[in-house]
Amino acid sequence: MSLKLDSIDHVVNGNAHIEGIDLELAPGSFNVLLGRTLAGKTTLMRLMAGLDRPTRGRILMNGEDVTGVSVRRRNVSMVYQQFINYPTLTVFDNIASPLRLARVAKAEITRRVHEVAEMLHIDHLLSRYPQELSGGQQQRTAMGRALVKEADLILFDEPLVNLDYKLREEFRQELRELFKARNCIAVYATTEPNEALALGGKTAVLHEGRLLQYGRTEDVYHRPRDLLTAEMFSEPPINVVPGLVSGREVTFDRSMHFPLNEDLGSLAPGQYHFGVRPSHIGLTPQADDDLELEVRVELAEISGSETFLHVGNELFSLVLHLAGVHEFRVDQPLKVYLPTHRVYAFDRDGAVVHIPSHLGGK
Amino acid sequence: MNKVQSNKAWFLVLPMLLLVAFSAIIPLMTVVNYSVQDVFDPNTRFFTGTEWFVAMLNDPALQGALLRQFAFSFTILAIQIPLGIGIALLMPKQGWRASLVLILVTLPLLIPWNVVGSIWQIFTRGDIGLMGWGLRELGYGYNITRNPLDAWATIILMDVWHWTPLIALLCYSGLRSIPEAYYQAARIDRASRWAVFRYIQLPKLTNVLVIGVLLRFMHSFMIYAEPFVLTGGGPGSSTTFLSQSLAIMAIAQFDVGPSAAFSLIYFLIILLVCWVFYTAIMNLQKDKS
Repeated sequence: MSLKLDSIDHVVNGNAHIEGIDLELAPGSFNVLLGRTLAGKTTLMRLMAGLDRPTRGRILMNGEDVTGVSVRRRNVSMVYQQFINYPTLTVFDNIASPLRLARVAKAEITRRVHEVAEMLHIDHLLSRYPQELSGGQQQRTAMGRALVKEADLILFDEPLVNLDYKLREEFRQELRELFKARNCIAVYATTEPNEALALGGKTAVLHEGRLLQYGRTEDVYHRPRDLLTAEMFSEPPINVVPGLVSGREVTFDRSMHFPLNEDLGSLAPGQYHFGVRPSHIGLTPQADDDLELEVRVELAEISGSETFLHVGNELFSLVLHLAGVHEFRVDQPLKVYLPTHRVYAFDRDGAVVHIPSHLGGK
Repeated sequence: MNKVQSNKAWFLVLPMLLLVAFSAIIPLMTVVNYSVQDVFDPNTRFFTGTEWFVAMLNDPALQGALLRQFAFSFTILAIQIPLGIGIALLMPKQGWRASLVLILVTLPLLIPWNVVGSIWQIFTRGDIGLMGWGLRELGYGYNITRNPLDAWATIILMDVWHWTPLIALLCYSGLRSIPEAYYQAARIDRASRWAVFRYIQLPKLTNVLVIGVLLRFMHSFMIYAEPFVLTGGGPGSSTTFLSQSLAIMAIAQFDVGPSAAFSLIYFLIILLVCWVFYTAIMNLQKDKS
């Protein structure tokens, strides 16, 4: 089954929640909707499911217009951020509920529920009630309800937000495995760039109700169409430094000069925004043409086994993403190395004009 | 670790104990005191033991009032609970309509008991009351002072009008606490309206309904002012409920001993019914999980 959104607008009380979205999801694809809160992820999912009707535009399933068709007539299922299960039904009955409503034969129900429960590792919990389960198990039950139906379209609305870190990693892996063998379209909304990368598949980056870019997740990540996409799809956000290209030289903030390397050589003279991913800036030089910057430590955040180091001088601030746990003193002077061959360049409107050559170049 | 043994914490409970003693225990004990004595005048009294209790339990007038009381309480519960749930389900969820309906629905709750009685007394009068006059014009010989059935129906109607809003309000708040995602999930599952009620709304309403039933049972079991004003307990004694029998005995006839014994029996019945109901519901829920 394929799903096509044809210039969809959704306006609520005069506010445009979704603006001019064109999107075509291929059969059997795993799609991530990436965007900050209020980017329109949930609204878009509700439109896909048929819970809401778009103000303008058409929704096509297998080429057939289903714009006004109620969710009751469509074969979709959805998993939510909250753990939604029927409180008075056991796990078995919860998973069986969509099949019972579809009047599937009893033996078939038992077989399919067990199959799904086994896949989700909750087959030993079938006789329990949702309130006796842990959060992760409750969400597995909700997923079981969504999967057992064999829907054409499965929507996941930030399903892992309320689970702890370890469980989320476990879930992500299993989820990808689960969908490999299926021929339905899966749509997964998340606010976290890293989650999108971990899930793979395809990614659509949303911002303020607009679609910024859609494509294979790695492509969108490595080859962003514009600055906004690069900022949305980077955690911590990509470093942006304004710079001027003149002759054979780049000047950062009127003070720092470095020669254009062969990679950046094609840039015409003018003003640009240069983008560098936090994980690419290092404390030691990686290549001969690395740009050495003298900065002071502003803040060091430790997250898991990684360190986010905020540094800066009078002219600009940068964020470094370092592996391992490091300790820094605030105001400590430091030299950091910026690899000029990994720099993106965006023009003054934000459109990408240069992508590092090892990522395909532009 | 060194554990310090100290009973000083008891002093912190003392103010509460004193308060409860004066507000509940001491008044109740004076009633117990009266119930085991025959009091002639402030200086002459005899100890009677359980005599009054036996007499009260065997009094046919009181037995009749007790039966009527149970019949009344169960009838209004059987009407008000489903009706209250139904109204709550129909109430708008948001916007100015929700506020308006909320105010209109709760209005009867704000009216004092004897005023409710007076309103209905006038409402049902055959000469000037809209309902009394209307029914007579339609050809029905409606008369609450002569026909016990009319009197009963009117009292029940009055109580339903006065108190169903409480159930509706409790259920409404219970329904509001259900996240929207549950309804969405049910729609996606293609669940019917009935399935949504049975498997999502009703389970979430159980707790408020337990409180609602308890409150309404206790309230209705103690009903006094409304029927007293509306029918005065008549025709005959057909609408004389327990508290009215008690008031006649204690105030009009000044039989202090018997009425004290009767008060205690009355109190124990309410306590017992509420306890049985509550434990039954709680066990039911425990069995399930």
